[in-house]
Amino acid sequence: MSDVVEKTLTALPGLFESQTGAAKITNRLRQLIKSITELTSKHEEENLIKRELSAIKEQVSSPNTTMKQMREIMVRAMYCEMLGYDASFTYIHAIKLAQQGGVLEKRVGYLAVSLFLNEGHELLLLLVNTVLKDLQSTNLIEVCMALTVVAQVFPKDMIPAVLPLVEDKLSHPKEIIRRKAVLALYKFYLIAPNQVQHIHAKFCKALSDKDPGVMASSLHIYLQLIRESPDSYKDLTGSFVTILKQVLGGKLPVDFNYHSVPAPWLQIQLLRILSLLGKEDQSTSELMYEVLDESLRRAEMNHNITYAILYECVKAVYTIHPKAELLEKAARCIGNFVLSPKINLKYLGLKALTYVVQHDAKLALQHQMTIIECLDHSDFTIKRETLELLFRITNAQNVTVIVEKMLDFLCYVPIKTLTFAPDNSWFIQTMNDVFSIGGDLLQQDDPNNFLRLLAEGKPEEDDQLRLYAVESYLTVLKGHTSHLPQCFLQVMSWVLGEYAHLQESVDRREVIRLLTQLLDQRSVSSETRVWILSALTKIPEGQTDLILDLAESLSSSQDTVLRQQAQELRHLSQDSQLREWVLVENSCAVDSSLSFLDGFVSEALAAGAAPYKPPHQRQEELSLNLEPYSFSLPVSLSSCSITDRQSPTLLSVSSGLSGNSAELSTLILEGVKRVWGKDGYLPQKEATAPPVDEPSAAVQPASQQEAAERIEPRPEPSTQNQDKQQLASSLFVGLGVGSSVSLVRKLFYDGFTASLRGNVMDCLEARSTSVCHYALLMDDPHTNVSLTGTVSYQTQPGHTNTLPFSGTLSTADFIRPLVVTTEEYGKLWLSLSHDVKQNLKLLTDAGDPLRTTLNALKDALQLHVVDIIGSEGIVACRLLSGAPCLLHCRVNGAALAMWLRSPHPALPDFILYHCQRALAHH
Amino acid sequence: MIKAILIFNNHGKPRMSKFYEHYTEDTEQQIIRETFHLVSKRDENVCNFLEGGLLIGGSENKLIYRHYATLYFVFCVDSSESELGILDLIQVFVETLDKCFENVCELDLIFHLDKVHNILAEMVMGGMVLETNMSEIITQVEAQGKMEKSETLTLLFIWQSMRQSQASRFSSKIS
Repeated sequence: MSDVVEKTLTALPGLFESQTGAAKITNRLRQLIKSITELTSKHEEENLIKRELSAIKEQVSSPNTTMKQMREIMVRAMYCEMLGYDASFTYIHAIKLAQQGGVLEKRVGYLAVSLFLNEGHELLLLLVNTVLKDLQSTNLIEVCMALTVVAQVFPKDMIPAVLPLVEDKLSHPKEIIRRKAVLALYKFYLIAPNQVQHIHAKFCKALSDKDPGVMASSLHIYLQLIRESPDSYKDLTGSFVTILKQVLGGKLPVDFNYHSVPAPWLQIQLLRILSLLGKEDQSTSELMYEVLDESLRRAEMNHNITYAILYECVKAVYTIHPKAELLEKAARCIGNFVLSPKINLKYLGLKALTYVVQHDAKLALQHQMTIIECLDHSDFTIKRETLELLFRITNAQNVTVIVEKMLDFLCYVPIKTLTFAPDNSWFIQTMNDVFSIGGDLLQQDDPNNFLRLLAEGKPEEDDQLRLYAVESYLTVLKGHTSHLPQCFLQVMSWVLGEYAHLQESVDRREVIRLLTQLLDQRSVSSETRVWILSALTKIPEGQTDLILDLAESLSSSQDTVLRQQAQELRHLSQDSQLREWVLVENSCAVDSSLSFLDGFVSEALAAGAAPYKPPHQRQEELSLNLEPYSFSLPVSLSSCSITDRQSPTLLSVSSGLSGNSAELSTLILEGVKRVWGKDGYLPQKEATAPPVDEPSAAVQPASQQEAAERIEPRPEPSTQNQDKQQLASSLFVGLGVGSSVSLVRKLFYDGFTASLRGNVMDCLEARSTSVCHYALLMDDPHTNVSLTGTVSYQTQPGHTNTLPFSGTLSTADFIRPLVVTTEEYGKLWLSLSHDVKQNLKLLTDAGDPLRTTLNALKDALQLHVVDIIGSEGIVACRLLSGAPCLLHCRVNGAALAMWLRSPHPALPDFILYHCQRALAHH
Repeated sequence: MIKAILIFNNHGKPRMSKFYEHYTEDTEQQIIRETFHLVSKRDENVCNFLEGGLLIGGSENKLIYRHYATLYFVFCVDSSESELGILDLIQVFVETLDKCFENVCELDLIFHLDKVHNILAEMVMGGMVLETNMSEIITQVEAQGKMEKSETLTLLFIWQSMRQSQASRFSSKIS
């Protein structure tokens, strides 16, 4: 024994050398690499590789080349191929090497084959037998190699030949073989799904394999299968949930841990499968709530890979049937992502938001400042994702700002966004920008969709739009056109061909001249020429001379299609009868009436067929929507002008100087500083305030403007910040409609005096004083209303004094108790529609927390406590001569669950706010 | 699915390329150039993801990359892969290379192109992630390495296994 060791030790240095010699490449390869690294120019490289390739060619064809040398030659050939030079003459030798060589040569041979050849290459057929032989080999390494090459490149037609062998490998004792077999079968499934249909049961066995690695590879297959038909695999949900639970519970061997996270890639895969299974399926979703919750809870560690899991988890939570508790947690996770200083996480946060805003727009509101910052981020990817997000939240109110941002950035404007276009000219102008900047990078659909929008509108309504388009395109064509992208030229020629006749003032000769001019341009592609010629064909007759000239000049064109079109054009222009028959001037008229089918239609209708609907009715969503959404227009706000001179507050003015001339002549109510619309900017500090459901309407732009003229700007922290806030307010406007918006924003920014209404109640005159009473009502609740005004009075005729005054009023000043019985309360409750729920602080310092709390509220806000039954209390109040508001309070643990209802959409929010404040001050 | 794995240096010289979908020779070269162009102009402080170039499928595909000293490792994947997951897979790949070559550097990749491919083949098979566990990958690669040596000399095999057992003891100490 010691002898053996000694011998081994003495042999070591030599062995070491020979081993490194064997592992290293021979001189020839080394030389090649060395000279490649020393190259300075592309030209030198080309020469060198050419020399190298011819040397290789010589060597491979020489009968004296050994297998070992061949191996090295293959590596050299791989090198040349990687650098982009053709070494196709070595392919056959790669196959030979895989066929004939020992294990080592085989490995290089297989590697070369998988790098050189693709699935369709004919030489692969020569490999089939080798693969078959190796699959049956007793040498594990050979089997592995064969499986790898099968999964990489294998001719589709030959799959049946190897399929049984690969299938057998699913029950191989070695886990690595089972694993590779599973992936190879998956690959077969991807290329030829029909051929592996019969082995689905075996996939199931792989899923329950005792080796977690084999199970993990089978998830690839299941992910694909479930993506294709989720319904067929619902029964496996339980298994996947169990697997995930086991992984989370640390049941896998420690080997599977990565940065002490158990099998993260496996978790990601499982979460994706679960989300596919639970999509739109409540009962299946219910099975996974628990494990998702656990997954969210476990992913706390601050490593990259836990965030990967978290991200999948959040996505799953939002994909499956929603559960409020999970959604809340997931939303918090998204917050962590978005606010993370790590740029990769921020990116994923944005991506998650993009995914989530469809379900829940308020999340985007919460992060609006971050989104604005990301819009100006130096990273292209982040910007791109932000725009994607903005695209999802586009609505009628923010479309102009968002599209402007998109254009600024990379001209990525999905046409769908533009269905919100505010008016014709903006729409056409924007589309011009899109086409000329984005041009041929646009998706093929975009120009088509645009043309469809133009074409499908009703003739009367959309003629305006078409006219505008024609005019605008003529202007464009009169300018410099050589830089315009082809698709824009095509769109323009189509529109001119179809609609130029709508514009009476346009000279047809001019249109023909412009289009012909385009034809002559060298930069115009032949496809575009076809479009232009079609347009010219459509322009009505009367300009035969021009057309004939054109047809003449094109009849010698090299392009057959153009020649044919020119020929057609000539015939049509000469034969007006034919022309009338082929091209009807107003094709729309023909399309819409189809009178020759009347008989057929009436027969069909008599037989019970559904009546015909014109396309624009069927596809209303595709037509251009020029109306802003109606539900976002609160009429009440604008109906009451802030310049109303008769609307000051309950006020007494006294003047002790000269009695009878004191007179209240002008009271100017100045609007309160209203910086941003209620759906606009929300400063950071407010984000911490509890969000409250606020089913209220958006601010009408017109009234904003009107108010703005009278508003003194409030000093802002910095101009830059202000810009961002302004952007935010314009981007996020309208998002809150119908959904939850943070209440507090309103509290800070509103105060439209517009909603106050007042009149002189009476005027008490005395010798030297005059007391005027004004009653002031609040139609639309606002938390705080500042009131400023002036009193003008005359002490001597012709000499007017002015006295400014100001004051602040809050909704609380307008709240009065509403005395009702419990029954009346119950009836009223049912009839009210707008409700808001929120948990409030419970005052626990006294014996009966509910009573104490309600009394505190009653004292602070003049509420009427109707009844207290056990842990519930009902309270009622109303606005001074206005809408009632009912409050239902229930003790819920340490909080007071308050449910408010009112006929007025915004009132509950304000009452709630004042309740919160009252309790906080208590 | 992973569409392609590319390694190139700071000058855009390809050091390894592996495509799991069929492209013509020319397209492959263009993809490498385009990808280099896209990736190399990104600063260090931006995120590691970007949209794929037009040739490799545009916005359908993502490029996920890491930059180590002189080399870029780029994985081109479709939407079914997790971005952060792949990012860590690259890390696993590089760490594995580092283990196999002992302080891997650009030259190692140049001189052992076949070995790099073999390591990769144990991680990613036909575009699917096969193994993410570094020690398992190394075990498989070394199992093949053993064949290599057993061919030259059986004694060498003994020596190798001695060395290996030492190495494994060493590594167990580290962990």
